[in-house]
Amino acid sequence: MSLISNLKPGGRHGVPSSESRDPIGYLVAGLNRLAQTDLLDKVRLRKPTEQVVFSVTRTGFKTMTNASRTFSRAGKKGQPGARPTAAASSGVFDLTPGEDEQMLVDVVTEFSDEVVRPAAAEADKACAAPDDLLKASLEIGLPILGLPEELGGVSEERSAMAGTLVAEALAKGDMGLAIAALAPGSVATAIGLWGTDAQQQTYLPAFSAEDGTVPAAALALNEPTVLFDVLSPSTTATKSGDGYVLNGTKSLVARGDHAELFVVGASLDGKPVLFLVESSTEGLTIEGDPAMGVRAASMTKLNLDNVTVPADAVLGTTDGSTYTECVRLSRLAWCALAVGTAQAVLDYVTPYVKEREAFGEPIAHRQSVAFMVANIAIELQGMRLLTYRAASRAAAGKDFSREVALARKACTDKGMQIGLDGVQLLGGHGFVKEHPVERWYRDLRAIGIMEGTVLV
Amino acid sequence: MAINLEVPKKHRALVDQAHQVAMNMLRPISRKYDIAEHEYPKELDMLAAMIDGLSESGASEGAGATGVRRDGDDKDKSVKNGANLASVTSVAEMCWGDTGLLLSMPRQGLGNSAIASVANDEQLERFKGTWASMAITEPHFGSDSAAIHTTAVLDGDHYVINGEKIFVTSGERSDCIVVWATLDKSLGRAAIKSFVVEKGTEGVKVERLEEKLGIRASDTAVITFTNARVPKENLLGSPEINVEQGFAGAMATFDNTRPLVAAMAVGCARASLDLTRDLLKAAGIEIDYDKPAILQHAAAAKFLQLESDWEAGRLLTLQAAWMADNRKPNSLEASMAKAKAGRVGSDVTLSCVELCASIGYSEEELLEKWARDSKILDIFEGTQQIQQLIVARRVLGLSSAELK
Repeated sequence: MSLISNLKPGGRHGVPSSESRDPIGYLVAGLNRLAQTDLLDKVRLRKPTEQVVFSVTRTGFKTMTNASRTFSRAGKKGQPGARPTAAASSGVFDLTPGEDEQMLVDVVTEFSDEVVRPAAAEADKACAAPDDLLKASLEIGLPILGLPEELGGVSEERSAMAGTLVAEALAKGDMGLAIAALAPGSVATAIGLWGTDAQQQTYLPAFSAEDGTVPAAALALNEPTVLFDVLSPSTTATKSGDGYVLNGTKSLVARGDHAELFVVGASLDGKPVLFLVESSTEGLTIEGDPAMGVRAASMTKLNLDNVTVPADAVLGTTDGSTYTECVRLSRLAWCALAVGTAQAVLDYVTPYVKEREAFGEPIAHRQSVAFMVANIAIELQGMRLLTYRAASRAAAGKDFSREVALARKACTDKGMQIGLDGVQLLGGHGFVKEHPVERWYRDLRAIGIMEGTVLV
Repeated sequence: MAINLEVPKKHRALVDQAHQVAMNMLRPISRKYDIAEHEYPKELDMLAAMIDGLSESGASEGAGATGVRRDGDDKDKSVKNGANLASVTSVAEMCWGDTGLLLSMPRQGLGNSAIASVANDEQLERFKGTWASMAITEPHFGSDSAAIHTTAVLDGDHYVINGEKIFVTSGERSDCIVVWATLDKSLGRAAIKSFVVEKGTEGVKVERLEEKLGIRASDTAVITFTNARVPKENLLGSPEINVEQGFAGAMATFDNTRPLVAAMAVGCARASLDLTRDLLKAAGIEIDYDKPAILQHAAAAKFLQLESDWEAGRLLTLQAAWMADNRKPNSLEASMAKAKAGRVGSDVTLSCVELCASIGYSEEELLEKWARDSKILDIFEGTQQIQQLIVARRVLGLSSAELK
């Protein structure tokens, strides 16, 4: 039986289980086995083949989590933490960012243009963000962007709008690097929004450290499940003594191998709940989990095997409301990333189609090409306005569940279309890595799939 | 200053008012005038009187197709939510009621928009309270408005107009017609001017009314001009032929009317969305905004896509109007809004018919009517393709000679 099932091709190598082998198929499969053995080489039958030079798939690596830091306990347990106040609204329809927001966007845009974009191709290949880039991101205050002043942050009020503008500006440089740079701040923002006094006093001082020692941290909500529903995680939390035991696997966790603090989503009594898990906790292992795109964010799988956390590891409420809020704010951040990357596509194809000539004139002079560019511009602005509306409602403390859902739909569908058209407009040149459009194509597929990871 | 994309506080009363009018005045007679095409909707006279009363009292701000001018105090740098924004939000509400009837509103014609946009102060005063329709299209051209054949020749104190105009909305019911004609065909676009022609003028004749796919409550006329003499003070804007400026003067009207047509598509499509949401709910399908769309019923997932596209069209429309209110050049954004809202109008209304199956297709409900009404909104005031052309030229920085 085992021999027969071993000969069935289905279920592995991306072959659906309905497939079966015919005699030629068996022959080919046998030849393939032969080709893989060392025997051929020993008897020198194989032509010298080129060695695969460099492949950074990282699939092989499996390790313990980064266990360098212990967070010393502080603050009052169970006491509500400080909360950012809702942004005041003048009731005037306005598309102009506030002065502070504009200043911030200017700084981040400069960083994005001069540091992020030039590092993007290499980081994509290496599946890692350069250290100096991450250090520089600390200097411009990304990790504390979403924190109120009293918690060591920079904002006077709820900063979902500023966070959205910053994510957009960073992703215009590169989405993968934007995620790598924003991941720690996302965890800090979450603790600022929902943490108890004890959680805030224990964890947040590390995020406002000025000596470059801000910890990497990850908001881990994804799971490797077909038709994944983020609101019903299969990772479980069970009450045990004073605390909880967590079991499950989280996928596509940004910079998981460096993270010193995780926020993990798990089901507790049928409700989705956020848990703070320090990387030194026993039972955590990390595997490489590189994906189609956003590779600079060093995606990993986080395995939780009987991980015991204390009772006060719960972040926010246990009725699912904090978790749902977190999912919405995270989707908002992904929308902002989509807008930034889609803008990068538009900015790139615009001069290209005006310079590239075919049949004696620039291809931009043809309506089929020009209309593609027009539609990119139209849908991009639609994505942006939908995202801004959701962000401004979130900042003002209004319900934004509908608005973020509509923004996410647009950013998923139109964002992908923009990625697709970006490659198409460059033709064969768009397919090779000499141009960044193939990376943006891979990155934009993340929207609508990714949950958690970043948050505004 | 802060980013905020909600309908401004100060316009909410106006929007509510327009919504009540749409619901209680337009909806009850919506089917009646769809069936009785070319019959004058006499109920609208009462409504027009009410709207005039409201504007006199200052309770409404720019409802309908009025007030799209750009003069005012330059020194005030504060962000404005003015007549343009008020107009698009209230027009959307009225079209949620009935697009054909909105287009038939006395004294709210597209010609009124043209007058409001380009007339001088004296003309504004003189044409106050008139009902003006707009006559651009001719039998041999549609989008290519530079191809105008209708001529205007100065003869003493009058221009003499000759030509044939088609697709004149409210052409029969209006008091006057804003006619586009050329002063000198050899000088191209720059010689095209608009003229306010009173209906009683000798030589002006409504030849016939079209029978249409949708917006049947609104009359669409063919009008001929045979040696029609118009006082020369009725030329809107400058009589100079400025080859440098070209078409810009006449085209400026479109920057102001395109967001209005986009708003019509937004309003019409919302009628379909609102009813479909209701009917789906009755069929046991509710839209969940948090659950991933692929995990919901296919109808709910489709609805989410439609609503997302619709909201994008709506926000682009508000953006274009907001820019006009704040004196920012908005040709690009006006065309973006019209392109997006126009195609979304069709997609939403047609998809809602499909979602509601035979209830959607039958005359039992208004869904089939909205799916017919919406089509024109992706055509008049610049087709989908013309909007894309404008957007493409602007984004790519290409001239009309380079990108044809």
